[in-house]
Amino acid sequence: MDQSPDRAIPLLPSARMDISADMSATHRLRQAVADVVDGAVLWRLGLTLGWLDVKLRYRGSILGPFWLTISTAVWIASVGALYSVLFHQKISPYMPFLALSLVLWTAMSGLVGDACNTFLQSEATIRSMRMPYFVHAVRVVVRTVIGLAHNVPVVLVVFALFHKWPGVGALWCLPAFALWTVDAVAACIALGTLCARFRDIPPIVGSIMQIAFFITPIMWQPEQLGPHGWWLKLNPFNALLDVVRVPLLGAPVSLHTWMAALLYSGVFCLMTSLLFVRVRGRLAFWM
Amino acid sequence: MARIVADCLSVDFPLYHGSSRSLKKTVFAAAAGRLGEDGNHRTVVQALRDISFSLRSGDRLGLIGTNGAGKTTLLRTLAGIYEPVAGRVTVDGSLNALLDTQLGMNPELTGRENILLRGLYNGLTRVQIRQLEEDVAAFAELGEFLELPVRFYSSGMLVRLGFALATAINPQVLLMDEWFMAGDARFLSKAMARLENVVRGAEILVLSSHQNQAITQWCTRAIWLDHGRIMADGKVAEVMSAYMDRAEAA
Repeated sequence: MDQSPDRAIPLLPSARMDISADMSATHRLRQAVADVVDGAVLWRLGLTLGWLDVKLRYRGSILGPFWLTISTAVWIASVGALYSVLFHQKISPYMPFLALSLVLWTAMSGLVGDACNTFLQSEATIRSMRMPYFVHAVRVVVRTVIGLAHNVPVVLVVFALFHKWPGVGALWCLPAFALWTVDAVAACIALGTLCARFRDIPPIVGSIMQIAFFITPIMWQPEQLGPHGWWLKLNPFNALLDVVRVPLLGAPVSLHTWMAALLYSGVFCLMTSLLFVRVRGRLAFWM
Repeated sequence: MARIVADCLSVDFPLYHGSSRSLKKTVFAAAAGRLGEDGNHRTVVQALRDISFSLRSGDRLGLIGTNGAGKTTLLRTLAGIYEPVAGRVTVDGSLNALLDTQLGMNPELTGRENILLRGLYNGLTRVQIRQLEEDVAAFAELGEFLELPVRFYSSGMLVRLGFALATAINPQVLLMDEWFMAGDARFLSKAMARLENVVRGAEILVLSSHQNQAITQWCTRAIWLDHGRIMADGKVAEVMSAYMDRAEAA
């Protein structure tokens, strides 16, 4: 195969890179913002990486990611049947609540677990080319969204079986999902960074999420706590779940819940930004 | 107009995960007196110290030095992968760094998927990515292997794919590690023609190599690195003879 010397070689567009060891806050901030902007420009890359991850995980499997759908369905059916008896709940309001809560929680806790490996799993890439760290975060979020999408049919079937129709108010879940996306990207950056530096973090995160699963209303409903439920307000997972879950169950979300979700997210994103601005330049050395 | 300016660059490697004592000893031995402490009393390897030079369009720089002298670290720093702890590096112009054969390829993905990712990384359009695929597939002679995961490739195929991919897009600044000179003879002659194309197209070349021949053949200027510092900087012949003198004396 001979290569003609005048083959059409695409020329990379001109670029400028200016990296200095300037430790001033403004310099670091500028670099961090540039990372996010450059990463957003490469959104097609983040999307493809996430999509290929899902494809890869189920390569060679006949049902592919629909195994997720099946296992979620089985899980919800068995847990629903058991707990409606244990908790003396009427099955018709309980099942839609449980199905929706479990599916949302699976996505949330799955993302948190996955987020720990955001940068570690891309070690080879990080050490061989300069790529915005933001791309890796987008990749993990895309992966989770695809997983969540495969569980949506289970919720739809449960809602249809129990004649649950949330109405137009359900559209309120859209801004809530937007908030989730922002938080998810922040979680990937925060946990990805911390876990690259301190390898003890993933097991800690794992046990925190396990505890969170039991103290957050997922298997049980908040009303069951009665007057003892005041501490639920201190649970950020509860606020974040409610802004999505309540409208999908056909009830209006209280302003109070939204304020709580926004407050928790705001604080979390602010802390993540500070962390990222501070350590972005060192991340490659931690691989 | 491409340009590289390195101004008093220093790079430290923190040893966070070298907790085991034996590993620490190994690193001690390898770093041969280049261990220090940073402000927080963490052990660091001083990989580069006070590196300053500038390159303009037309410059072809060769980096020489023994293993562990800091050649690859310098290339990675110029590529923006490692950020310096002191000093500054400015690169004007698009950049391509050919640092290792894998080049961040995912071994589980097929050849075609890896090519797609590289195209997206470089911001190519759909049509350009198709061209990239054809170009790379033709050069690497992969045939149907293009549809198989890269981990099933023979090492020869892997080198061909990595090489074809890395040289398919012309940068203004080309950073190249010595592995590009390795390979079987048949591939090498074919690769050289293609590489010459890219090198000629690039405005600035930085090549790190053990092989003096490669440096003499490709470069117009050489820098001799030792223990992370510049020992000599100048014409290839002069730097090379200084380096050889030292090697013989040692």
